Amino acid sequence: MHALLFGPFSDYLFMQRALIGSFAVCLGAVPVGIFMTLRRMSLTGDAMAHAILPGAAIAYLLSGLSLIGLTLGGLMAGLAVAALAAWVARSTQLQEDTSLAAFYLISLALGVLVISLKRSNVDLFHVLFGNILALNNAALWLLASIGSISLLTMAVLYRPLVIECVDPSFLRRSGNASSIAHYGFLFLMVINLVAGFHALGTLMAIGSMILPAAAARFWAKTLDAILLTAVLMSVAGCYTGLLLSFYFDLPAGPAIVLSLGAVYIASLFLGLNGGMLGKHYPRRHLTG
Amino acid sequence: MPLGLSAGFKCHHVGTGVGCNLFVMSIRLTNLTLAYERHPAVHHVTANIAEGAWLAIVGPNGAGKTSLLNAIAGLATNYEGSIEGLHPSTVAYLPQQTQLDKSFPITVFEMVATGLWATLGFSKSLNAGHYQQCSEAIAAVGLQGFEGRMINTLSGGQLQRSLFARVLLQDQPVILLDEPFNAIDAKTLADLTGVIKQWHQSRRTVLMVTHDLDYVKRHCPQTMLLARECIGYGPTNDVLTRENLKRARRLSEAFDEDAAYCAQGAA
Repeated sequence: MHALLFGPFSDYLFMQRALIGSFAVCLGAVPVGIFMTLRRMSLTGDAMAHAILPGAAIAYLLSGLSLIGLTLGGLMAGLAVAALAAWVARSTQLQEDTSLAAFYLISLALGVLVISLKRSNVDLFHVLFGNILALNNAALWLLASIGSISLLTMAVLYRPLVIECVDPSFLRRSGNASSIAHYGFLFLMVINLVAGFHALGTLMAIGSMILPAAAARFWAKTLDAILLTAVLMSVAGCYTGLLLSFYFDLPAGPAIVLSLGAVYIASLFLGLNGGMLGKHYPRRHLTG
Repeated sequence: MPLGLSAGFKCHHVGTGVGCNLFVMSIRLTNLTLAYERHPAVHHVTANIAEGAWLAIVGPNGAGKTSLLNAIAGLATNYEGSIEGLHPSTVAYLPQQTQLDKSFPITVFEMVATGLWATLGFSKSLNAGHYQQCSEAIAAVGLQGFEGRMINTLSGGQLQRSLFARVLLQDQPVILLDEPFNAIDAKTLADLTGVIKQWHQSRRTVLMVTHDLDYVKRHCPQTMLLARECIGYGPTNDVLTRENLKRARRLSEAFDEDAAYCAQGAA
């Protein structure tokens, strides 16, 4: 049993690297994912992931499979779309989700156009599904740096983000804390999606942010407890996913996201805080 | 708003208690016009709101009460005319409950403590004095024992009490209340009116938007009757006359899709 659970990680360097890389991604991404669900922005992340894809694809055409090229391409496309969408939403009548949808579709079409100009794009698979089992030192450093920056930025933005969620009018009246929190949060979303696409691929990255956040809501009530639960769940999901991928020869990215998905489905039914079973078999009410 | 700004900032460190000397200049609205798609919500309002006033802003639905309050609060900035004598950072604003996300996982204590944002900012941590202040504010609105409750378990009245506690902590010379007594029972109304009376006694300027004319007649010394323009402003009994109210109803129902340009606006 011991060998079954720990063997792959003690025997193979690439599995160790994959584990460290996925933990780094989770530690940075999960708190962002929680605020995305609390701010009703779960699907905004999905749109953003699509906005990043063309940036990475264009960078790939220009510089090949270079770590720095792909990272910069993804960052630039993501930040540009996020900033434009937020700016339009704050200065016109358009809602943010609408303006974001408009810009990410433009960005996506541009990306598809550029890719179709070049015939062979086999390696693009790498951008779509990540390569967590082939992380080199530079990639690990990148993931760890992004995770650290994300955690520290989140610590600074935590207070205004909470206040903005509860009462959006509160910070908007004085100073620029509201704008700092809003743009800072979009920045966090983009850098974590870029980190995520190196590990899990553009389309899977958002799964590591949203699934643990959604699952944790079924177990924890306070924000602190939700944060802790979600991080533990995502760490467990990455570990399980990597083991499954090792033993059954599955692609690692989807295996990790499916493990997180299993945690979510289980929580949906068993969760003590509003889960399905609790609704069907309610416990007796109290006297006061 | 040059003078009012420095005067207002002096009030940051005064306690939440009664009787402290606050110095605010009067709030001067001059020819204030707020428009949505060029149709005015509030039209050429000019008023001088004295320091320490307790002013009710009344009028039919769509009369521009909330628009006016938002402009004074600094939430709406695209107005014509001017608002002088206050800075947005010297204003505490009590929003309507519909503007809040009541499902957010936060406790009553944490919610109330956000009132300390101006003092604490991004990173300063709460010291014993701040905890004390929060507890006192929570006690002052009668919510002792609810500190650890999640806000999504509160009744409408309890949530309103915690919003009042937050305003207490914000400790500002100007307090704006947007329909503070919507769907509030008699006991809560009496308790929270007590809180407003303390603000009034400590010479804070209180502006409240409300529909409850009986409440206004009983408690508020001054009233502004709006129907997109200012129908009357002054002592409550002089403003809430039968003729004025009738005129307000008639005016606010008029909405002309093809209205001509306002001649006053050219000035």
